[in-house]
Amino acid sequence: MHGVVVAAPGGRHLSLKKCGADEVPAEGKAMGRTLAEKVWDDHVVRRAEGEPDLLYIDLHLLHEVTSPQAFDGLRKSGRSVRRLDLTIATEDHNTPTIDIDKPIADPVSRAQLETLRKNCAEFGVRLHSLGDVEQGVVHVVGPQLGLTQPGTTVVCGDSHTSTHGAFGALAFGIGTSQVEHVLATQTLPMARPKTMAITVDGELPEGVTAKDLILAVITKIGTGGGQGYVLEYRGSAIENLSMEARMTICNMSIEAGARAGMIAPDETTFAYLEDRPHAPQGADWDAAVEYWRTLRTDDDAVFDAEVVIDAAELAPFVTWGTNPGQGAPLSASVPDPASFEDASERFAAEKALEYMGLEAGTPLREVKVDTVFVGSCTNGRIEDLRSVAEVIKGRKVADGVRMLVVPGSARVGLQAVSEGLDVVFKEAGAEWRHAGCSMCLGMNPDQLAPGERSASTSNRNFEGRQGKGGRTHLVSPPVAAATAVLGRLASPADLTDAPVPAGV
Amino acid sequence: MEAFTVHTGRAVPLRRSNVDTDQIIPAHWLKKVTRDGFEDGLFEAWRKDPEFVLNRPEREGATVLVAGPDFGTGSSREHAVWALQNYGFKTVISSRFADIFRGNSLKNGLLTVVLEQSVVDALWELVEKDPTAEITVDLEAREVRAEGVTAAFELDENSRWRLLNGLDDISITLREEADIAAYEAGRPAHKPRTLAA
Repeated sequence: MHGVVVAAPGGRHLSLKKCGADEVPAEGKAMGRTLAEKVWDDHVVRRAEGEPDLLYIDLHLLHEVTSPQAFDGLRKSGRSVRRLDLTIATEDHNTPTIDIDKPIADPVSRAQLETLRKNCAEFGVRLHSLGDVEQGVVHVVGPQLGLTQPGTTVVCGDSHTSTHGAFGALAFGIGTSQVEHVLATQTLPMARPKTMAITVDGELPEGVTAKDLILAVITKIGTGGGQGYVLEYRGSAIENLSMEARMTICNMSIEAGARAGMIAPDETTFAYLEDRPHAPQGADWDAAVEYWRTLRTDDDAVFDAEVVIDAAELAPFVTWGTNPGQGAPLSASVPDPASFEDASERFAAEKALEYMGLEAGTPLREVKVDTVFVGSCTNGRIEDLRSVAEVIKGRKVADGVRMLVVPGSARVGLQAVSEGLDVVFKEAGAEWRHAGCSMCLGMNPDQLAPGERSASTSNRNFEGRQGKGGRTHLVSPPVAAATAVLGRLASPADLTDAPVPAGV
Repeated sequence: MEAFTVHTGRAVPLRRSNVDTDQIIPAHWLKKVTRDGFEDGLFEAWRKDPEFVLNRPEREGATVLVAGPDFGTGSSREHAVWALQNYGFKTVISSRFADIFRGNSLKNGLLTVVLEQSVVDALWELVEKDPTAEITVDLEAREVRAEGVTAAFELDENSRWRLLNGLDDISITLREEADIAAYEAGRPAHKPRTLAA
């Protein structure tokens, strides 16, 4: 469905005549558009029959892993970065989380970070290096600086760019060839995606978080369920979420195979953005908010697909397998592969149990872990750290369990320290680290050993993701905290002890 | 980009679904800053098993990967495409690909072909029974051919044209400079900027 172009504040200029006039439905009545279609239409530089749309990119985020070959490409072709003022880089995937003032031990990681520094200096790209107060995981840094705004297009050579959709931005992960394309042209040729509504009505029960919700969505629609779609999360349960919780949800849209996930901007969004360093000021703010208020799916818009979820039926959710769609409520047991009707899913479940070292029928609450990881672009924000601290305060990490708490950015780390959360973690026996992607993907020294099992607030439980032979259970921050205390998968409701008051 | 017209080669049957990019090329390989030298990292963990299909002597020199559904899920790493190409694969056949992986593959001239699972099953049976059996992927005719199998596949005309001619996307886009500049001139003042004006 190609919607009708409606002029947006600020003028939607030249592209209008190329893509607008001939698309009014036959009956001459304007057809409603979804949020994704509105943002898409506002960024079409050029539209021609039989070709992908050429989309303008408002914000391009870079990090050290997927950019070196793109800068090389620019150099080889004698091209420059078209819009340095729409480009920003940070170091996150390789950065160590301890001893950050010392030279990076791994020479290959060090070379990659040095390559980013050299490229940014040569081309003039703003960079936040390890040790800088604005350094951190790229998807935490963008929103925190107020660069991620409603109605913008955001790209990054990282699949979790979908995070930024929480603001009503159209944000998607791209490959290195596309990174080079955006650096050179500030545009991308893209085929218009389909749209899917994920409506979550009702209220989330006590103790159920955004992470549980998105894990349940992925299990419901599958790791390929969102392929070709932009998901729009809507309904009262979504509207009641904080910005950080919305980011957790949009972050994992890619785990359902979707191109992007979005949530319509509202007062919660505006309040989060106001007064951030790069938020519009004065008259620009007013103009921006006026435009942002138009970014809602029209009542008569039609989605290509719809999924409805009753929030009240959700519970703490964890994964048992090796892809994020292999999940179940914490109260359930490891499923029997024979229970899957689809042959390839059955085979995948058999392989997953073998890799995970799990027996069908084992209650998930009896699964013991060696490591608990709190952090990542999914759950490394201040609210996540607060919810972990709330559970673990006055308690101890179980004997033999290692717990890592890694803030998503240097700023999140500073905020946590100002609230005394670092002390809570350390007193419980957890390790308090510096910002970065860390054990989410183990490109730095934070890794699982072969056979080690983790409860992780990150986004992927793929084989070997957190270290060769490592076994990952994806969980919410409160479940991570309770699991650390009991040494087995657990929710805060399973903690029957009373926490010991500090200083006793 | 390398052009793709018609390719004929022996195949590797990979009977697994949800082969994610962490399996195709593990993260520690991503520290390299080049586009080549990833062949030894391809399916690194699985290749430790001598029985893994890629390690079988009869699969040596195969250039067509016939994979299970949802191939390439997960990360946006283009290194997954480079690893497959560095190893020698020219084309991958599956009933479903993850979006980003598919986009990356077509931008590098690795043709990803979507066929019905029943056709993938037939190809698996054929090449498992006879490892010397060849599969032809014909982009000009948009057709996959093997003994007992002839299957049409879809690919949009624009992607097909770029692949057949091995065209560089950036040069094509830069022809639209006037449109890009015109769009930029009309962008609202409230849009974010990373640098002070």
